[in-house]
Amino acid sequence: MNVAFKQDQVYRGDYTFRNSPAAIRRFPLPFPEDRYMYSVNIEPHVPGPVGSVIEFPIDCDEHYVEECRERAIVIKNDPLRIQALPHMMSAQWDTLELGMQSLAQSYPDKFSLTRNGREWHWINRPLGLDQKFVFGEPKSLPYEPLEYITRQLQGDWVIMDQRDNDLWVEGGMVTGPADWSMDFDMGMSFKEWHGPVPLGHEMGVFDRALKFLLNLRLNEPIRRYNWTMTVNANLDSSPHNYPEWGPDRTTVTIENVAQKLHLRTELQGLWRLPRSNGIVFMVRTYMLSLGDVASIPKWARRVHRVLRDLHPALVDYKGLTRHRPIAVKWLSQFDDGSPTTPGIAPE
Amino acid sequence: MSGGADHADTIPVRVVAIEEVTPQIRRFTLEPIAGGELPAFSGGSHIIVVMRGAQRVYRNPYSLMSSPHDLGNYQISVLRVDPSRGGSAFMHEQVRVGSEIEIAHPVNLFSLAKLARKHLLLAGGIGITPFMAQLHDLRAGNVPYELHYATRSPEYGAYCELLSGNEPTAVSLYHDSNKHFIDIEGLLGDQPLGTHVYVCGPAGMITRVLDTAHALGWPDSHVHYEKFAAPPTGDAFDATLLRSGIDVHVQPDQSLLEAIEAAGVDAPYLCRGGVCGFCRTEVVEVDGELIHNDHFLSDQEKASGKVIMPCVSRARCTKLVLDL
Repeated sequence: MNVAFKQDQVYRGDYTFRNSPAAIRRFPLPFPEDRYMYSVNIEPHVPGPVGSVIEFPIDCDEHYVEECRERAIVIKNDPLRIQALPHMMSAQWDTLELGMQSLAQSYPDKFSLTRNGREWHWINRPLGLDQKFVFGEPKSLPYEPLEYITRQLQGDWVIMDQRDNDLWVEGGMVTGPADWSMDFDMGMSFKEWHGPVPLGHEMGVFDRALKFLLNLRLNEPIRRYNWTMTVNANLDSSPHNYPEWGPDRTTVTIENVAQKLHLRTELQGLWRLPRSNGIVFMVRTYMLSLGDVASIPKWARRVHRVLRDLHPALVDYKGLTRHRPIAVKWLSQFDDGSPTTPGIAPE
Repeated sequence: MSGGADHADTIPVRVVAIEEVTPQIRRFTLEPIAGGELPAFSGGSHIIVVMRGAQRVYRNPYSLMSSPHDLGNYQISVLRVDPSRGGSAFMHEQVRVGSEIEIAHPVNLFSLAKLARKHLLLAGGIGITPFMAQLHDLRAGNVPYELHYATRSPEYGAYCELLSGNEPTAVSLYHDSNKHFIDIEGLLGDQPLGTHVYVCGPAGMITRVLDTAHALGWPDSHVHYEKFAAPPTGDAFDATLLRSGIDVHVQPDQSLLEAIEAAGVDAPYLCRGGVCGFCRTEVVEVDGELIHNDHFLSDQEKASGKVIMPCVSRARCTKLVLDL
């Protein structure tokens, strides 16, 4: 894939974030059918169609450089967005290896990794980095390994330790969350971490998901999709800066909803880590304005139906209470009631 | 997801060395046929070795005992079980230097607790193997540890020399032949708070450690054990796989899981030793008794007659219907 990087767009201020026509068509619509409810929608993270966001284990798209720049801005303002407890050092190195190996194999024109025993040489051409270091030697890198690699990866990354038949959130780089906080969740068990999610506990979703993850195997990563909506292309919708983006939620009108309101898909990937026996959790966020959603007739009909019929508890949890009626009203003009084909392909 | 260790995720390896460590134990050194390095792993991991015998495919779990820091090869130790169901005999009799076999990616069900203030390792016989790999990490770290290693006699003490050479202070050796036994009560009764105890060895030793720890008030979270039960032999029986619509016959020296696989049904598995719970299968109907040999199901579940772990458990019945 030939990725042309857009250097000028931002996730703040004027919100100049835009998706190219190609990016619109590859957007991972999180609704394979016209209705939505939680499920343990886990599948093996195996390569998907060429050009799709799952063609490679870690997707690098046209927003790469800008997203890395946005991350640097967020960390500068709030250093607690990157944290790891001392016993997570081997999981940090595991994550660095995963990131470098994956990018170098998937995008050899942009990234290269040369390994000679513990002497590693990493080149990141889009960001102009050339780093020689000793694997396992934190002092040989400008940051701790998790911070070093995740400053060069899109999406949020959480590392978990496995013990006592549970998974513990004990490290991560989280600068683009959909209203949750790494600093608040540090040290939590799997179910504590998912405590705020409505309905799922009663459905036994987290019991089953945890049991499944405890047996996650090396070389057999898995993925699932999640979604929410965001006003403006505000990647960092975190509780820490709620005063900055919260009020935006009152600004959506029928006139501006197509530009302002974004469907926000999370491609979540989970890998067993080899040296630490931990698990790394990737939350990769893709945003698409409602106007861009409507540019694909099938998606317009489907998103209209999903939002219209969404369970009230999910409406509140996802923070959609205020602007969902506006979105449904605006999308209704595209829904003639004709059926949609199964799956997410644009048709 | 299914767990086909003979699908794309196996790694072809070549046996490059075989050492006779004791009269019953051989150490195999495995190198990747493709060259380069084998996957990184953590101490305490095991691999499944896929052995293609003339009559049957065996898949046995063996702990990795080589250093997690040297990925040019893996080493495993195979105890010849007498009578052997076939797997260990196959490794001892059929596998030669130069043989090519397949292994699955490492899985760790016996990892060191990263928050432990002290590690107390108790090994019996072949149970030393997972600790051999963990010692590489323990030596490099700064958390105190002790290894207590019991064998039948010095002659049967695999790796005693290696251990006492590398670990002059942290290792204590015991030999039954000298009437020298691990003082489990004494050790478990006198440890600093935050100690984690790990035991790997014969069933009797594991039971004693678990019972003693429990009686002394150790929290379950600080007590770790690993026992790979070789699938026990027993009377032949038949099983009906409801969803697949086929019947399988389980030979006396074959596990239920092996019989299911031999019939071409891709059943889930991970450890093949009754530990992980991955192959847990619903029993739709049984007119006799389930013989549970696993370490995963609760007593309640075992008594219910509604679930079985096909990797190690059997049945004494004329009719067994599984949700597979």
